[in-house]
Amino acid sequence: MAYSQPAVELSPKVSDEIRKTTCYMCACRCGIDVHMKDGKVAYIEGNRDHPVNKGVLCAKGSAGIMQVNAPSRLKKPLLRTGPRGSGEFREISWDEAYSTAVGWLNELHETAPHKLAFFTGRDQSQSFTSFWAQNFGTPNYAAHGGFCSVNMAAAGIYTMGGAFWEFGQPDWDRSKLLMIFGVAEDHDSNPIKMGIGKMKARGAKIIGVNPIRSGYNAVADEWVGITPGTDGLFILSLVHCLLKAGKIDLSYLTRFTNAPVLVNGDPHSPEHGLLLRDADGKMLVLDRRTGKPAAFDAPGVQPDLAGTWRKAGITHRPSFQLLAERYMSDDYAPEAVAETCGLTAERIRHIAAELARVAFEEEIEIDQPWTDFRGVKHDKMIGRPVSFHAMRGISAHSNGFQTCRALHVLQILLGSVEVPGGFRFKPPYPKPIEAHPTPHGHDRPGRPLDGPHLGFPRGPEDLLIDENGIPDRIDKAFTWENPLSAHGLMHMVISNAHAGDPYPIDTLFMYMANMSWNSSMNTRGVIKMLTDRHEDGRYVIPRIIYSDAYSSEMVAYADLILPDTTYLERHDCISLLDRPICEADAAADAIRWPVVEPDRDVKGFQSVLIELANRMSLPGFVHEDGTPKWTDYADYITSHERRPGIGPLMGFRGEDGDQTGRGAPNPDQLDRYIENGGFAVEHIPDEALYYKPWNSAYQDWAVSLGLFDTPQPFLFSLYVEPMRRFQLAAEGHGDRQPPEHLRERIKTVMDPLPIWYPPFEDGHIDPVEYPIHALTQRPMAMYHSWGTQNAWLRQLHGHNPLYLPTRLWQQHGFAEGDWARVSSAHGAITVPVAHMAALNENTVWTWNAIGKRKGAWALSDDAPEATKGFLLNHLIHELLPPKGDGLRWANSDPITGQAAWFDLRVKIEKVPAPDESQPVFPPIKSPVGRGPKDLAWKVGK
Amino acid sequence: MTDLPASTDRKLGLVIDLDTCVGCHACVISCKGWNTENYGAPLSDADAYGGDPSGTFLNRVHSYEITPEEGPAQLVHFPKSCLHCEDAPCVTVCPTGASYKRSEDGIVLVNEDACIGCGLCAWACPYGARELDALEGVMKKCTLCVDRIYNNTLPEIDRVPSCVRTCPAGARHFGDLGDPDSDVSQLVAARGGMDLMPEQGTKPVNKYLPPRPKQDRAEDLDSLAPYLAPVAEDQSGFLGWLDKALDRLPGARSDEEMS
Repeated sequence: MAYSQPAVELSPKVSDEIRKTTCYMCACRCGIDVHMKDGKVAYIEGNRDHPVNKGVLCAKGSAGIMQVNAPSRLKKPLLRTGPRGSGEFREISWDEAYSTAVGWLNELHETAPHKLAFFTGRDQSQSFTSFWAQNFGTPNYAAHGGFCSVNMAAAGIYTMGGAFWEFGQPDWDRSKLLMIFGVAEDHDSNPIKMGIGKMKARGAKIIGVNPIRSGYNAVADEWVGITPGTDGLFILSLVHCLLKAGKIDLSYLTRFTNAPVLVNGDPHSPEHGLLLRDADGKMLVLDRRTGKPAAFDAPGVQPDLAGTWRKAGITHRPSFQLLAERYMSDDYAPEAVAETCGLTAERIRHIAAELARVAFEEEIEIDQPWTDFRGVKHDKMIGRPVSFHAMRGISAHSNGFQTCRALHVLQILLGSVEVPGGFRFKPPYPKPIEAHPTPHGHDRPGRPLDGPHLGFPRGPEDLLIDENGIPDRIDKAFTWENPLSAHGLMHMVISNAHAGDPYPIDTLFMYMANMSWNSSMNTRGVIKMLTDRHEDGRYVIPRIIYSDAYSSEMVAYADLILPDTTYLERHDCISLLDRPICEADAAADAIRWPVVEPDRDVKGFQSVLIELANRMSLPGFVHEDGTPKWTDYADYITSHERRPGIGPLMGFRGEDGDQTGRGAPNPDQLDRYIENGGFAVEHIPDEALYYKPWNSAYQDWAVSLGLFDTPQPFLFSLYVEPMRRFQLAAEGHGDRQPPEHLRERIKTVMDPLPIWYPPFEDGHIDPVEYPIHALTQRPMAMYHSWGTQNAWLRQLHGHNPLYLPTRLWQQHGFAEGDWARVSSAHGAITVPVAHMAALNENTVWTWNAIGKRKGAWALSDDAPEATKGFLLNHLIHELLPPKGDGLRWANSDPITGQAAWFDLRVKIEKVPAPDESQPVFPPIKSPVGRGPKDLAWKVGK
Repeated sequence: MTDLPASTDRKLGLVIDLDTCVGCHACVISCKGWNTENYGAPLSDADAYGGDPSGTFLNRVHSYEITPEEGPAQLVHFPKSCLHCEDAPCVTVCPTGASYKRSEDGIVLVNEDACIGCGLCAWACPYGARELDALEGVMKKCTLCVDRIYNNTLPEIDRVPSCVRTCPAGARHFGDLGDPDSDVSQLVAARGGMDLMPEQGTKPVNKYLPPRPKQDRAEDLDSLAPYLAPVAEDQSGFLGWLDKALDRLPGARSDEEMS
């Protein structure tokens, strides 16, 4: 056929209108341009002006359109009619839903607020949901950090006033070497990909430390396929090498950390191991000019690290000397740790040398004068261009807190935090521990809780236990079992409520938390706890209220369902009071707004909470005359003031909307955000961009914006004094004493300098019988997503084999299409396997949360997610197996209580292929029916 | 059966950086979203919520493991879509003229009105880059977002293929590979960009930038030893070193301002 070509319409109209809002397909909270046609969502792309994603968007974000039209969306409030777990409901009106909930809750508020346990999962409105819970009066509130990454967050806060991800990020534009630990494909998503792209474009090196070489580790220049749970030992060996070589930033350590602060060396003192202070409470350092102690911030002081101070026959040493003594020990030599870590000593030395070379030979200087908190002027900003990032892979172990601490200590010794090329905080971080609340858990009928639920204990006096040691909270957060559980322990709520330990509750109220499936350890056990009855037929957990936008597995286990909207149909604020979207160069916050109205009888959960509060006249929600302060969440966002002039959103405040940070509420604020693309940004001045914890200009800027009310400069804590206070108690000091069975553990794990110990599971089960480590990862296209049923995304990851390394593949004689029985000390699953060579030779893994239960998410019963997909959760228990001491120890970090998902050990055997992955659960009746067979649509013409 | 143009004025195409692609599938879904709503019939999804979901995608990411002779195994993410070949066998095989290559820019398109869904083009394409839409019965393929790249209703900065605009890692580049001075041609020259399966003789326009050599073989653990030369053998030696090193800090033991 002779060449000819038809005319093509090259400039079709893309849409009628672009509405700019914030994505909620994961936790990154990118800006999105929602293209509308005929009043419907037609196409979603990234917002180029947005500080988080600058136009790019991941697979989840672009697939958001399939969430707003998903058949799994709940349609109306539901009241359970069949037994729990059956999925049998009747649709009810919102009025009936409200009156039912108020009927259950109001009595609890007025008589025993602690009998409500209110836990929110992937909640992005925690400053609001905690405000609601606080005014309800229950101590039992938290979100999902306890089973996600509280080790990372808490270790960062205690060490340096912030951690990774929402707290800070590598200096992507200047860093020359990035080391990522335990970050596969997640937290956070687009910013890491953008950053890696930037580093790659200029030839910078990336080292990935992960047993699995996928995702970011696949593009890393050097892969360290470490044995799970040994990252802390590896890091401390790097510290050993750097100390021995003197490759540490002494100037930085003396000026900006508590390395020079003197530690009480008197073994008979009740303050042994605490930091020495002057009469004003200021920490003391040795001044090299005088050889005498002086306040750390005294003018002109030159803090010493090498000397000691002898007084009354007692020698007091700077904390740095304790640190150096510990890690220079041969116990941390590469040769001593290599085998445990599954690495060679040469590789450990090589990486230590690479860190030393880049940090000290490739130093960055920026001609930008700045002034520190002591009033000392600096004419340059000096950078050590080595950056680090880490996430769940190192934190979801029972040694996770101390491992995260070890990583921060390594960063600080290199002088690479808050300097050009290093790790940078994002406002409102850094924030010293003193600027955070302590936890509160004292409930008083009819009144608000005595303070914020979650906080950072400074010592045993801040634990939430009564005089008999009974926990205040249902999840036993802030007790001797896990003193620094700053995010609560969502994974313990159902089992404790079921056991009535420490007390029975009446109502379990949850939001966006799939506790009867992939968000619980021991899924089958949790299902049983949710459905167990007393002899008289009453449920052991009497009432369950649940809010979700979709027909998740959890819906069937609730008595009352409050259907939420999708993220494109709602108001939200991504607030500086909460977990904001700031960048290292700027403060930023954002909103969501209904770019489409729901076509179902559903309501945004936060507005539902306001209506419930108004109907119960909860304190904080009503004026003195009893009239409601807010009609809905949008009203709250614009008019609530947390402190005078400080509200949920920083932008467009004041009567004229021209104030940022501080200012009177502006009724037009949401419209101004919408006009501005859905977000607000306030840039940090150039002289304040680095050295934030110590930089006077930054501190003043933070005060002007309302992040703090007074400047809050502080020293980084290589040595964490609050931890020492718990150790002192375990050594017998003070009134508040740990129970005997925890005394030795507290002494060991609350070490104020990082330690490494093997994951607890290793000590409770036989490592010879269960020799294999088993891990999960979330794929990038589904990380932190509530959308695994998404019609587009499920075609990318619709089933999840168990990946086996070459050694195990060959040892067991597996071939493609084979199945394996995988057993832990707790349970067994039978699942399809696949071979993966780029994997630690003693580790198996699978994608998390692909497996679905039949009947959930509007999928058909033969969906691969329900037939071949599986959860590793069945192998993991919230308690460790008994070890003959008469106790059941939690499968959690002993410091924070973080669920130790990644301690799991298993054994595998080849078995004949069953019909479906095992175990199989009976189908639940779908409250929304099933999805359509085929999709072919085009919005507009 | 269908002629190719004798030559094209430009050779528009993609340069895909395999060193940077993290395999996130952002390009896959962005493409799906744009092309569901734009050029031609919608991209359908058969059995969308069922046991064997099978939709039409114009761009897919495959992952391959490479086990080098030395050093650990590697995983390479490999996005693949139509390569807009100069000698496109999918065009010459087309019995109706529905498949064609544009003379002005070299983009290979399917005129869906003329497509009879015979599937010969998919058979002829050595890259598996064409997909027959199960519900529409017409052949689908990457259009290089021909309805974006010239679209004067879009801001100029957005006149790039949807996959390029969305790629978070910046692993996808768009431009004229027929112009040796273009950014994409320069990138290909600098990074040793390659044709996919050149032995097929299709002369693909799209290029792939190969992964940079990894640095994790045993022999890479070299020559950095001087950076770890010990300053002391024991604690007292270390304190002695520390004392001297503190003396050497700028402004030490003086009242001058620290610089």
